[in-house]
Amino acid sequence: MNDLKYVGKPSVRIDGKEKISGATRYTDDLEFGPNLHFAAIVESTEAHAKILSIDTTEAENFPGVVSVFTGKDFPFKFGLYMKDRYIFAMDTVHYVGQQIAAIVARDIKTAQKAAKLVKVEYKPLPAIFDQMEALKEDAIIIHPDLGEYPHVPWFFPQANTNIAHWRKTRRGSITKGFEDADYILEDTYTVPRYAHCPLETHVAVGLCDLSGRLTIWASSQSPHTQRNLFAESLAPLGFTHKDVRVIAPPIGGGFGGKAGVSMEILAAAIATKVRGNPVKIIWSREQEFYNTSQRLGVIAKLKIGVKNDGTFTAIDHKLYWDTGASAEYGANVVNAVGLSAIGPYRFHNISIDSVCLYTNLPPCGAYRGFGYSEFMFGLESHINRIADHLKIDAVEIRKINAIKENDTLAYGVPMNPNGLIECIDKVTKEIEWGKEVKSENPNIKIGKGFSLIWKAPAMPPNASSAAFLKFSEDGSINILVSGMDMGQGYLTVMAQIAAEILAVPITKIRTENPDTDRNPYEWQTVASHVTWSCGNAVRKAAIDAREQIFDVVSRTLYLPKDMLFLEDEKVKCKTKPSFELPLKDFVINGIQAEDSTFKGGPIMGHGIFMPEYTSADSDPETSQGGHPNVHYTVGAAAITLEVDKDSGEMHIRKAVEAIDVGKAINPSLVKGQITGGLLQGLATVLYEDMRFDDKGKMLNPNFTDYKIPTAKDVPDEIVPIIVEVPQPDGPFGARGVGEHTMIPAAPMIANAVNDALGIRIKSMPITKEKVALENLKKKEKINV
Amino acid sequence: MKKIILKINGELRSVYVEPEEILLDVLREKLGVKSPKCGCDRGDCGACAVLLNGRSVRSCLVLAIETDGQEIVTVEGISKDGLNKVQNTMLDKNAFQCGFCAPGMIISTTELIEKNPHPNLEEIKEALSGNLCRCTGYLPILESVQEATKEEHHE
Repeated sequence: MNDLKYVGKPSVRIDGKEKISGATRYTDDLEFGPNLHFAAIVESTEAHAKILSIDTTEAENFPGVVSVFTGKDFPFKFGLYMKDRYIFAMDTVHYVGQQIAAIVARDIKTAQKAAKLVKVEYKPLPAIFDQMEALKEDAIIIHPDLGEYPHVPWFFPQANTNIAHWRKTRRGSITKGFEDADYILEDTYTVPRYAHCPLETHVAVGLCDLSGRLTIWASSQSPHTQRNLFAESLAPLGFTHKDVRVIAPPIGGGFGGKAGVSMEILAAAIATKVRGNPVKIIWSREQEFYNTSQRLGVIAKLKIGVKNDGTFTAIDHKLYWDTGASAEYGANVVNAVGLSAIGPYRFHNISIDSVCLYTNLPPCGAYRGFGYSEFMFGLESHINRIADHLKIDAVEIRKINAIKENDTLAYGVPMNPNGLIECIDKVTKEIEWGKEVKSENPNIKIGKGFSLIWKAPAMPPNASSAAFLKFSEDGSINILVSGMDMGQGYLTVMAQIAAEILAVPITKIRTENPDTDRNPYEWQTVASHVTWSCGNAVRKAAIDAREQIFDVVSRTLYLPKDMLFLEDEKVKCKTKPSFELPLKDFVINGIQAEDSTFKGGPIMGHGIFMPEYTSADSDPETSQGGHPNVHYTVGAAAITLEVDKDSGEMHIRKAVEAIDVGKAINPSLVKGQITGGLLQGLATVLYEDMRFDDKGKMLNPNFTDYKIPTAKDVPDEIVPIIVEVPQPDGPFGARGVGEHTMIPAAPMIANAVNDALGIRIKSMPITKEKVALENLKKKEKINV
Repeated sequence: MKKIILKINGELRSVYVEPEEILLDVLREKLGVKSPKCGCDRGDCGACAVLLNGRSVRSCLVLAIETDGQEIVTVEGISKDGLNKVQNTMLDKNAFQCGFCAPGMIISTTELIEKNPHPNLEEIKEALSGNLCRCTGYLPILESVQEATKEEHHE
């Protein structure tokens, strides 16, 4: 693997020039001609209410309005893992902002004006905004039909409660584990909701032509999954999969928020009723906050037992998640954590309860990190506190307990090869762990914080990827796949993999954006799995093409097939050094044989990948018996943090993050993920702070009041470190990295604040106000 | 509707606008200039930045009718004859990810360099602080601008 020419190189993105010249056409940039219609959405003003009536008369009569739709036009459920949503609210609304009606007009302003004329009469119901309230026995039931909702077999909803799913994992005996412990620490950690904030808001355009063909252009991470869900939910209107096409132009950020289906189904459904005309729905920034999906909030009750030598003896992790009004995607976040909430540690005695609760807040779903950022905040804070109590160094206790290859995971499967210890050591060295740093300013205290990184892709056991690969006359290549480049560089990485196998430079390769009619299947671009999964498919497609190349050369030119190889866009032969045949000479038009006929034809490779060793079937009481996760990516991170002890103002001098990516197909892009993901993580702990009023209405759905970092908020230095312990079933050994980068941010801030000021903050965010107030409390306590 | 005449990326264009129409919509919907993006519609994100008479403005906060007779430059104009030095450095460094903020960032950078050809890091941060980016953590963008604008010492 040492002589790789394209894989492992920091190549320039193949879509870089397009983006930097302003040429990229995102969904809202596409032209749909003078018949483009727009839909404005009427949203619920109540968090929980019966809809007594919807009066659309005035809106229908408003000049310029083409059509008005409500729930009765589309009484169809949808959902990715559990069908618990309607396209429009039917008889009940479950959160403020839920769609109730749509107004279609030829221009957006007319549609918006008419939307204000729709009169909805509600009978308010008691609402729940706190997941612990939702758990109470006498709580009102938000989804009375929960018992009837179709769902994947690995969910366990409890009818007549607000529990959409309860993942239980049990291994060993925590009773015995806690008996064996010399010290037990038990506490609660709280993580609120967060918003994805891609710069491009959700947008979808639907067109159902007069022949009944439905095409949806959407800013989406999941074109094939969307096609499947659109076809399924619109089946009562006569649509089948072949009638539905999803085209996914480049997207302006996703972070999980554009996974699955949310508002796109409105465009699909409405288009079926305004046939012949394209209909666009574009979310405002406000709607992007409250009506896509948010990151789930969690209250985590954590108990860990430990020996005096620092060895962990047992973990009891109870996590109560607020999934909002829908659990169709959120419950899978809860599921993932229920299988993995031990962190990257060796525990023999494990109990995890991960409980997904409905509330009357906006629906939650996938968000970069998929639950791991949330539980790692508590876990990695807890471990520092245990280390402090035992007077063991915070890094040392992690090394004592760090999971190793073949250690048993919580669900009973051996851990994959990994470079966790190497990551820890490299970060420790780079941050100069143990070396005290002092500021010249007496008000500024400097602390260091450390955290490990741990995450597996959360995928259905049969999630798969597929690729086609074809040549053009000049030997250039088009790769057809259906993963999304959300910025992570997927298109480039796929090109690098094909380049390596076919000896064609990546400047001669295009990777095409998804179109479900033409590009082969991809489950979704989520779970940090496409480099690994689709990378395998592209690798196989390239190998398939190479086989075809060798086959035609061998049978036409009588060269031994197993002596052929590719180099510099040519076929060469180990036993005949004088032979070289440029690919461009035959990959379309074949090779002329001695009798002047032509052999071969267009070279087209295909490849598929499905991890055939996974299974979601396990004992519901223990989660033992299945093989739900394909592998874990691990890493370590640390920061040096300045804290103003009076104002709480924080500034990061240095952040270091090492991740074992198996093989960095493109180290420049991996480093980009680390830098960007880390800042996104730091934002959740330092700045972002979602607020709702007591009626469940989000108070700060804009960038003025919901602060995401600017160029002035960056750490002075971020040091990305790549560790490469190959993943046995990864393309060139690669495994995923995108989400992992933000996971350590919150606990390492919490740990650094503790190191600097001796205060322990157990709820996110850790804003400067909170730090200042906690520090004041501590001082007052000391004075008392 | 009033007819206004604009010089857009070096070309004179005329267009009919309503008094309340904002420049961003007119550029995108009536003139086919798609690089300015709508990220927030209230001046928070900078994705819609264009140069108006050489000054960076948020086109979502400018009424189109006010720009009659004036000159507008967008990234399409900057890239007409190929990428410039800063853009090429951004390309080489894989400075952008999703790219949605790139047009606005490049406009702010262009304005900065026009006024201050060799800015220091703090000046670059200040100049780009009105352009939100959710993907990159900003550092590769800042490094690109820094590298492309550093003073060359000839001996």
